[in-house]
Amino acid sequence: MPESTIYEISSPGRMGFKFPNLDVDSTELPESFLRDDLPLPELSELDVVRHFTNLSRLNYSIDSGFYPLGSCTMKYNPRINEVTSRLSGFCNTHPLQPIETVQGNLLLMYLLQEWLMEITGFDAATLQPAAGAHGELVGGLIIYAYHKLNKDIKRTKILIPDSAHGTNPATSNMSGFEIVSIPTDSRGNLDLDALKGLCDETVAGLMLTNPNTLGLFEEQVVQVNKIVHDAGGLVYGDGANLNALLGIVKPHDLGFDIMHINLHKTFSTPHGGGGPGSGPVVVADFLKDFLPGPIVEIIEEANDELPPLYGLVTPKHSIGRMKAFHGHFGIIVRALTYMMIQGKDGLRSVSEHAVLNANYLMARLKDTYTLPYDRICMHEFVLEGVWEDIPDVHALDIAKRLIDYGFHPPTNYFPLNVHEALMIEPTETENKDTLDRFTEVMLKIAGEAKVTPELLREAPHHAPVKRLDEVKAARELVLCCWTPNPENE
Amino acid sequence: MYIPHTDIERQQMLDVIGVKTLEELFRDVPEEYRNPNLNLPVGQSEMEVLDQMRLLAEANNSTDDLISFLGAGAYDHFVPSAVDMLLKRGDFFSAYTPYQPEISQGTLQAIFEYQTLISNLTGMEISNASHYDGATAAAETAITAYYHFKKKRKTVVVSPFIHPDYIQVLRTYLQAIEDIQILIPDVNSPDEFLDVTPNYLNDDTALLLFQYPDFLGNLYDYTTLIEQLHQAGGLAASIVYPQVLGIMKSPAAMDADFIVGEAQSLGLPLNFGGPYIGFFTTKKEFIRKISGRIVGETIDADNKRGYVLTLTAREQHIRREKATSNICTNQGLNALAVAIYLSLLGKTGMNDVSTICYQKAHYLATQISSLKGFSIVNKAPFFNEFVIECPLDAADVNKRMAGIGILAGFDLSQFDVNRKNQLLIAVTEKSTRESMDYYVNALQEVLNA
Amino acid sequence: METLGDRKYAKTDEWVKVEGKNGRIGISDYAQDQLSDIVFIEFLKEPGEQVNQGEIFATIESVKAAADVNSPISGTVKEINESLMDTPELLNSNPFDKAWMGVIELNDEKELESLMDAGEYDSFCESR
Repeated sequence: MPESTIYEISSPGRMGFKFPNLDVDSTELPESFLRDDLPLPELSELDVVRHFTNLSRLNYSIDSGFYPLGSCTMKYNPRINEVTSRLSGFCNTHPLQPIETVQGNLLLMYLLQEWLMEITGFDAATLQPAAGAHGELVGGLIIYAYHKLNKDIKRTKILIPDSAHGTNPATSNMSGFEIVSIPTDSRGNLDLDALKGLCDETVAGLMLTNPNTLGLFEEQVVQVNKIVHDAGGLVYGDGANLNALLGIVKPHDLGFDIMHINLHKTFSTPHGGGGPGSGPVVVADFLKDFLPGPIVEIIEEANDELPPLYGLVTPKHSIGRMKAFHGHFGIIVRALTYMMIQGKDGLRSVSEHAVLNANYLMARLKDTYTLPYDRICMHEFVLEGVWEDIPDVHALDIAKRLIDYGFHPPTNYFPLNVHEALMIEPTETENKDTLDRFTEVMLKIAGEAKVTPELLREAPHHAPVKRLDEVKAARELVLCCWTPNPENE
Repeated sequence: MYIPHTDIERQQMLDVIGVKTLEELFRDVPEEYRNPNLNLPVGQSEMEVLDQMRLLAEANNSTDDLISFLGAGAYDHFVPSAVDMLLKRGDFFSAYTPYQPEISQGTLQAIFEYQTLISNLTGMEISNASHYDGATAAAETAITAYYHFKKKRKTVVVSPFIHPDYIQVLRTYLQAIEDIQILIPDVNSPDEFLDVTPNYLNDDTALLLFQYPDFLGNLYDYTTLIEQLHQAGGLAASIVYPQVLGIMKSPAAMDADFIVGEAQSLGLPLNFGGPYIGFFTTKKEFIRKISGRIVGETIDADNKRGYVLTLTAREQHIRREKATSNICTNQGLNALAVAIYLSLLGKTGMNDVSTICYQKAHYLATQISSLKGFSIVNKAPFFNEFVIECPLDAADVNKRMAGIGILAGFDLSQFDVNRKNQLLIAVTEKSTRESMDYYVNALQEVLNA
Repeated sequence: METLGDRKYAKTDEWVKVEGKNGRIGISDYAQDQLSDIVFIEFLKEPGEQVNQGEIFATIESVKAAADVNSPISGTVKEINESLMDTPELLNSNPFDKAWMGVIELNDEKELESLMDAGEYDSFCESR
C-alpha cells in the first residue's frame, strides 16, 4: 500500500497540538505585514503519529538488517547514546549562555577533543564541522591558508587518487585549487612513480584516504607522505575509513598533517536517513593556529579550590567559522558515550573485528566474484559485480536482487576505478551467522545470474516498491506534493 | 562492547581466511608504528558511563534551572512530545541515505513532505532536503549566485544587520574564491538600510543577502529594494526566522529569489548549538543551480507512486571537481523532526505559536519600557525579539540577572562595540506572564542596586 | 554503435559536419550510450558569441553523469538547437540528426585536420 502524503490525509479544522491560552493582553498586529494564507496541513496527533510510523516501516535500517555499505561504516547505533544525548542538562542549554553555566558541556567537548587526538596522534582538534565533507572543506581551507600565510602562491594544485570519493575533488575546487589525479597501481596502492613525477613546487598538497577506497592499506604510505612533504606540500587524510585503524596505528605517525573524522561512521552516531553527522578535524601542531573557531580550551587553570575553567577560543590564524555556534553537540555527546563504553581496549577490538569480518567475507566470495586486488584487506573490500560470460547482468542487478533476500545492497559503482564495483563493509557489530547467510545469498545470486538472469534484472520483487523510474524523476520534476488550493475550500 | 564474536567463531574465521592470528591481518601496517599505546581509560559498563554523563549534564545550568530570554539565532520553543518519540524509531534513525530507494521510501517520502511543508511555509516554489544550518545555507546562496552568473558578477552585498556568525561563515566559505568580494553597506542604523543599500547595487552585484526579521528584531518590507536589485540584475537572498512566517508575510511576497534560514525553532531543542538544520528554498528556475540533496516523485515498474533522490548530476559524487559544493549530506533526522512539527501544529498551530510569541514579546517590551532608565530601541515593528537600552552595560545587567537565575538576553556589544548598553531579548511561547513579570522586577532591582 | 562517414570526430566524442562555411556540431552515438538517459542540456554559448576549439559549448546531464560538450571547432556561433532543452531525450535517439547542438561559422578550416574521420574514431572507441 503506498502511503498517502501528509496533505492527502489532511482535513480542514483538525488540530494536532494545543498551546496554553494567552496569559497577557493582546495588542494589534502590524496589518501591512500579515500573510494571507498558511498552506499547512491539518491533522490530529494520531494522524501524524500513524503516518510517520507507517513511513518508518517502509525503511530498511541497521536495526532491521545487515547493511554492508562500503565506506559508510553501518555499525550498530547503541541505545545508550540515545539516552545520554537526551539528558535535559545537555539538550536545554543555549549556545550563547555564559561559559560558567555550561562547564559540563565544555568539559565534554574538551574530552572528545582529547580522545580524538590520542587515537589519531594529532596535536589539536576542532569539533565544529557538521559532517565529513564539512571537515574536508576545513582541510582544504587550512592548506590554502597555510600556503597563503607563507606567501607560497605558486602552489595551485591538489593531488587526489583516482579512487577518491567525489567530495575530495569538490572540496579542492571550493578551496581554490586545481585537481590533478593520480592513478592506482596494480596492487591497489597509489602509484608511487606517478606521484614522484607530479610532486613539485606547484603542489599544495595531497588528499589521501588510508585505508583507501578499495579497502586496502596503502603499503607505501610513509614514503608517499614524505615525498609530498619534501616537495613542500601538506598531506590531508580523509578519515572515512578510520574504523580499521583504532589502536592499530595513529595516522599522524604515518605522516598525515590534517585529518577529518566521521563521528557517524567510526564512532557509532546514527546516520539518521542522511544526517546529522559530525566531522571533527585534527591537525599537527604547526597547523593548530589555522583551525576554525571556536575550539574548547582551558582558559583558567585549576587551583586548590577550583577545577579548571573551560572556554571557547578562536585560534590566531583561524580560517574562520564553519557554521553558526559550536558544532553538533548532540552528536558529540553520543560519540563520547561510545568511546567511554569502549575504552582503549574496546576501540582496538572494534578495528580487529571490523577487519576480521571483511577478510572472512572476502575469502568466502572471491572464488565466485572477481576480486580485482587479491590482498589482505582492511575493514572493507571491493568486488566486481559482473561476469564476462553474462554480459546482461550488472552490479546494479545483483544489488537489487539482494533486497529480495532481506539484505541492504553494498555500495554500487564506487570507487570509480573498479568496473561495476560492489564495495562491502560488514563492520564489527555483525556476527558470523549473519556473514554466513550473506555469503550463501551472494553465491545463490551468482547462480541465478547464470540460469535465470531476469530475476536479477527485474529485482527487487519483494520490496515496498519495485525499481523506480529515475529518468522520469529527473525529466518531469515533481518536488512538492499536491497541496489543497485554499480558493477551492 | 557490541562485538558479538565468540572465541570459537573467531578461530573458525581466521582458519577460513588462512591466517593464524588477528595480528597477521595488519601486516601491511608499518611495524614501527603498529600497536601504539593509547593513553586512554579502559572500557566501562552502561551503568558507569551513564553516571559520568549525568554528572556532566548536572554541571550545567540549563533552561530547567534558569529563565531564559536568550535568542540571537537559537530559540527555546516547545517541542511536542510526539516529535522525539517518532525520531526514536530505529527505522528512521538507523537508516542511511536513501541510495537504494526501493527500501528507503520512508525516508524519501518524509523528506519530500519536509520539502513541501517548508516551501509552503516560505511561499517559495521549491526546497532542497536541507543544509547543515542557517549560516551554511546562507553562504550557499552566494556561491549559487556566483556560478549562476557564470562568475561574471563578483560582488556579494551583505546587510550589516544579519547574524554575526552568518557573516563569518560567508567569509570562510568565500575566502578561496579570490575574485569574489563581500561588500557591506556603510549604514548607521537598520532604518537606513533600505535607503542606503541601493547605492551599492550595480552590474557586478551577484547577490544581496539580508535578514527578516533582522538581527536586531526589525521587520521591514524589502519589496522596493528587491525591485531595484532586480533592475541592477542581481539576486535577492533573505535569511528568515521561520516562526515569523506563522503570521507574517514571507519575503517571497517581496519577490526574493532565495529564502534560507535556521529551522531549529521548528521542533529541535537548543542542544548547545547543534545539530540544527538549514532550510533552503528558491524559485523553480534555479533548481539545477542549487546544491544539496533533492527528493522527487516518480513511479515504479508497476506504476506505483514512489520517491527518489533526483537531479543527482549536480552533486559531488558525479560532478566531482565541477560541483559547486562538496555537500554530501542533509540533516536527515532533523528534517524529519521539522516535518513532524509542522504536521502536528499545522495551519492553526503555527498561527497560534507565532501569535503567542508576538503578543508575549510585546507585553514584555511594554513592561520594560515603563521602567525608568530602560527603553526599547526598535523603531520598526518587531516580532518576538527586540532591543532594550539599559542605563548600565549590558554585560553588567547580564551578570547580575544571571546571579538570580535569569538569562537576560544577548549582549549587543559583541555585535557592535557602540551598543555596549544594549541587550537583545527573545520571547517565546515558553515564557509565562509570571516569568516576564519576574524579569521586569529583577531589572528594577538591578537598577536600584 | 553508429558512426557516420560524412563527418569528423573529436577525442571528446563530439562530431562536426561541414556545411559550406559552417560546421554543424553534436555528440556521437558512443557518447549518448555512455551517458544513458539524458535529462537536461544547458547551452553555455549563444548565437553571436565566439567559441574556441575545445571550449565548453554546453553541459549535458543524465541520471548518472554530467558531461561537458566541447566544441570541436572555433568560430562564431550562428545557431543553437534550443528545442533540445524541451526534449533532451532526442540526444539519445537521434544524436546525428535531430539532436544537432549548434551551427558554428568556421574560423579556420585547418582545424578539421586535427580531428578523426569515422574509421579512426571507430578504432579509437574500440580501444577504450
